[in-house]
Amino acid sequence: MNIMTWSSLNAGVATPEIFLLCATCAILLIDVFLSDAKRHISYVLTLATLVATGCLLVAGYSLQPLLAFNGMFVADPLASLSKLGMVVGVILMLVYGRGYAVARGLFRGELFTLTLCALLGMMVMASAVNFVVLYVGLELLSLSLYALVALQRDSSRSTEAAMKYFILGALASGLLLYGMSMIYGATQSLDVFVISQKIANDEANRLLAVFGIVFIVTGLGFKLGAVPFHMWAPDVYDGAPTLISQLIGSAPKVAAFAFIMRILAQALEGFAFDWRSMLMVLAVLSLVIGNLTAIAQVNIKRMFAYSTISHMGFLLLGIMAATPGGYAAAFFYAMTYMLTAAAGFGIIMLLSREGFEADQIADFRGLNKRSPWFAAMMLIVMFSMAGIPVFVGFFAKLAIIQALVGLGLVWLAVIAVLMSVIGAFYYLRIVKVMYFEDPTDAAPIAAGTDAKLVLSVNCLLLLVLGMMPDRLLTALTTALQFSLHTGL
Amino acid sequence: MITLTHYLVLAAILFAISVFGIFMNRKNLIVLLMAIELMLLAVNMNFIAFSQFLGDTAGQVFVFFILTVAAAESAIGLAILVVLFRSLRSINVEDLDSLKG
Repeated sequence: MNIMTWSSLNAGVATPEIFLLCATCAILLIDVFLSDAKRHISYVLTLATLVATGCLLVAGYSLQPLLAFNGMFVADPLASLSKLGMVVGVILMLVYGRGYAVARGLFRGELFTLTLCALLGMMVMASAVNFVVLYVGLELLSLSLYALVALQRDSSRSTEAAMKYFILGALASGLLLYGMSMIYGATQSLDVFVISQKIANDEANRLLAVFGIVFIVTGLGFKLGAVPFHMWAPDVYDGAPTLISQLIGSAPKVAAFAFIMRILAQALEGFAFDWRSMLMVLAVLSLVIGNLTAIAQVNIKRMFAYSTISHMGFLLLGIMAATPGGYAAAFFYAMTYMLTAAAGFGIIMLLSREGFEADQIADFRGLNKRSPWFAAMMLIVMFSMAGIPVFVGFFAKLAIIQALVGLGLVWLAVIAVLMSVIGAFYYLRIVKVMYFEDPTDAAPIAAGTDAKLVLSVNCLLLLVLGMMPDRLLTALTTALQFSLHTGL
Repeated sequence: MITLTHYLVLAAILFAISVFGIFMNRKNLIVLLMAIELMLLAVNMNFIAFSQFLGDTAGQVFVFFILTVAAAESAIGLAILVVLFRSLRSINVEDLDSLKG
């Protein structure tokens, strides 16, 4: 047993998180002294914090995993890259959501501090290599999100969504914890590396461990919104203010990927045979039900919710493959889906105005005549989500399907492709509505220039990454190689 | 002699009661919050039993974290409940039906 000293904590490894925490507390304090007219100061400070956190992450990037806090926290490429993705996701949310928040009276200190807390939770989740830290990070994210969904206090829809999210989220945490307790009983450890070692040495109680894995996969399924644990997702996406729907739909998906990698691919690697079959069921059900139900939606936020469910099916397929190629494809999918979803929700927010949500598919009628630029951006997002070549969504799906075919799971690949074709129907319907129908709403679109500029870059990135995916994919593959197979 | 199995069975029964409480309860949201608390306590029971019988203290440390987070969780849950009651004038689970599709 080592005697704990300050230097043995190696806290420098967690500099981005520590900085983010301090900055969040500072913003919380500063915001109290600001009048509503000066609220934009907190906004600028929040953005500055995010950019600085991103810079710290880039500066501290190392291929070799660095342990801190007595082996509870790790900074490896998997963590660093997914954290960068999350920071970008949160920046996008704040930039697109500014006008939306101002028009609805949500542009308050709570929004900034809770968002930063949620980001901190996600970053801790990505870096945790101990079940206690994983749980604390997950709860920090979840509790912030419950409060954010209820941010529009006077709206009964929004609070109802928050209640549903809270109950099912708490249930998911409970299931996950119950599973963790079983794994603890089976292996006598809460440390990810020790657990994987004990399983590899055949020192784990198999019955208890598999029992625990069932609960862990169920809990993860709830958190990810995979069928049959998806019932909260459409209500929450629909009821929450769009800017919060965007936050839930983008960055946490990357965090969830890192979280799943830590638990399933690192700690429970030795039981891959057991969790793979469970993930396969979740993935196939998510693909089928997500895509088929999305067709019936008239509300675009609800449609995005079901489409997210189907995309999570794809993500699970990649993880289910349990090969380096499959993991890398799933990582690529999570990162690019985060960018696509952020742009999709961003467009809904930029089209909305005071008293008008722009959340019905009919609200997109004739968008091309009102603003060709917005229509083109939405077109890119829809094509990317549908997986039409040249756009990044196509390549993400292709990488997953390649991983499946490589394992000889051709029937799964066929289901995935069939469901993408069905999915293309509802994405293309939006394109049809935008380009071939007449506008019913003549009000001008009042989106800020900064948001428009960022949106252009975001959509351009979907196109560029689709044409040149190799660089990102190679980076992610190397990151996973160094993170998962160094054997600390 | 009370063995590890007894504790695990007790925890499993508590856990099952709480899951039933969440899915069967159609009347009162407060009962739902209680069921969630019960679920976390069942998990705590598991951790303490394992910790005691395996001779490893990490499980007990985890329990402290779970208790703390559970307190924060019920605070948020009750806060959402209060906000919900203000706009809905009801805490009946069946009244949560404005979002559907």
